[in-house]
Amino acid sequence: MLVLIGVLLVIVGFAIRLNPLIVVTVAGIVTALLGGMNPAQILESFGTGFASSRSVTIFVAVLPVVGIIEFFGLQEQAKTLIGRLAKLTAGRVLIGYLAVRQITAAVGLTSIGGHAQTVRPLVFPMAEGAALRRYGHVPEKISEKIKGHAAGADNVGVFFGEDVFVAVGSILLITTFVDTTYHLHLEPLQLALWAIPTAIAAFLIHGFRLLRLDKQLDKEYREFELTAQKETAGEAK
Amino acid sequence: MINVEAVYWLVGILFVAWASLIAADTNHPRRWGSSAFWGLLGLCFFYSTWVQAGTAPAWILGVAVLVLVVLASTGLLGHGKHRTSTGPEREAYAKRFGNKLFIPALTLPLVTVILVLAAPVLVIGGTPLLDPKNTTLVALAIGAVAAVVVALVILKPKNPATPLFESRRILESIGWAALLPQMLTTLGILFTKAGVGTAVGTLASGLLPKGSLIAGVLVYCIGMFLFTVLMGNGFAAFPIMTAAIGWPVLVQTFHGDPAIIFAIGMLAGFCGTLCTPMAANFNLVPSALLEMKNKYGVITAQVGTAIPLLAVNIVLMYFLAFH
Repeated sequence: MLVLIGVLLVIVGFAIRLNPLIVVTVAGIVTALLGGMNPAQILESFGTGFASSRSVTIFVAVLPVVGIIEFFGLQEQAKTLIGRLAKLTAGRVLIGYLAVRQITAAVGLTSIGGHAQTVRPLVFPMAEGAALRRYGHVPEKISEKIKGHAAGADNVGVFFGEDVFVAVGSILLITTFVDTTYHLHLEPLQLALWAIPTAIAAFLIHGFRLLRLDKQLDKEYREFELTAQKETAGEAK
Repeated sequence: MINVEAVYWLVGILFVAWASLIAADTNHPRRWGSSAFWGLLGLCFFYSTWVQAGTAPAWILGVAVLVLVVLASTGLLGHGKHRTSTGPEREAYAKRFGNKLFIPALTLPLVTVILVLAAPVLVIGGTPLLDPKNTTLVALAIGAVAAVVVALVILKPKNPATPLFESRRILESIGWAALLPQMLTTLGILFTKAGVGTAVGTLASGLLPKGSLIAGVLVYCIGMFLFTVLMGNGFAAFPIMTAAIGWPVLVQTFHGDPAIIFAIGMLAGFCGTLCTPMAANFNLVPSALLEMKNKYGVITAQVGTAIPLLAVNIVLMYFLAFH
């Protein structure tokens, strides 16, 4: 039970907003010491942990192409393109992306999107472009909200899409663990099938929230205009 | 065969190249700390190849990783001022190139997906062209390189190193968050080795009143959720919660359908992934990448979906898995 102190350290560290790198490193060292590991073993774990998890950092390989197309105005072009489509709002752009992301993930094409590949260069500028067309100008508070939801649509889409595909990591983890530990024989297809109701629920819940996002943004923009008017009125005095 | 290690070397080379750009930038406010951080990170990517193969001692890499943490968290890492295109310049470029700008952006996913789909038939002399265990990663890297080439051909920048300069700008805005996902994986490994999982499992089964099906479903799903929030991913939570409750209580005592229980249990864990800074690659790296003021802004946007969806999973499991 003593090892749970490490978990506590993580919670407290994140809660008081220390640098997450320090929190994670210290919590790891403390937990390992409490668990009876010696310093040499701990250093070794940091090494093997880094070496075996390099795949999560591969996203940096797409930064060069994102960098050059942004230099030549990709985000601006994405905004212009969306600005021409009068019916599109930020929420509707994101619902469209959610649907595409979820469906492609469900047929195994998780690598088609991602935060570096699609959200930063395409999805966010498009959603922001729609807001720009609607309001004429996008205050930072609204831009922040759109950013959060652009990344959120990608995450929800891929999490609750990929499990419908049979050859995905989480399904294989379940079958390998359960089959070896409990001597069952679960078919990946059965598991994928039972991921469908949750996938549908995820789309409905998140889609509904994205529709409401437009109303929230409208409201925030009205408030923004009101405060801006008050400020200019104040200056006039 | 194109091995996944080649991809890691490409990433390592990029880090070293960015580090050299920073070292050459005399106006950089944290010139040496920053170039040391990115350069050492690049070297770690190379060295890891031998650690992974078991031919080099892992502790040296461990020391290097701790040095990275110190560099990043003591203010020695910072970002420089970047000369990039200005707003009006970008507008002008966008007018000139128009929708051609989308071609490199679409080359990346297109090449990746085609390679993933074609991988089983891309066999030369009996050996597959792409590492069969890591097809997606290798395909993504090839897609990224192809997209840069396409971008250079279409946009013809004055300086062919433009992709490198411009990506350094994005990298520096991500900063230390780039290292966080790997550190969290390491934390997960240390947690598991130290027995955190077993302790949480004991705690969860201690909370469970005997003989109540709805309580069992609740503790299993909410346990998956909370444990995933703590560990940052459902993969670490699943074996523990399943050994503590999923298997002995839900399957053995209440004779639930294992496929339904485990599939939905995992998805209850995914709801936790949406809510936690521990899933840095999904929740914190994107907020850095989008240059958000609030680094928890992505989580804020997701919580409202995660909680109702967890409730849906509980209901689905209760009504579908037990007949």
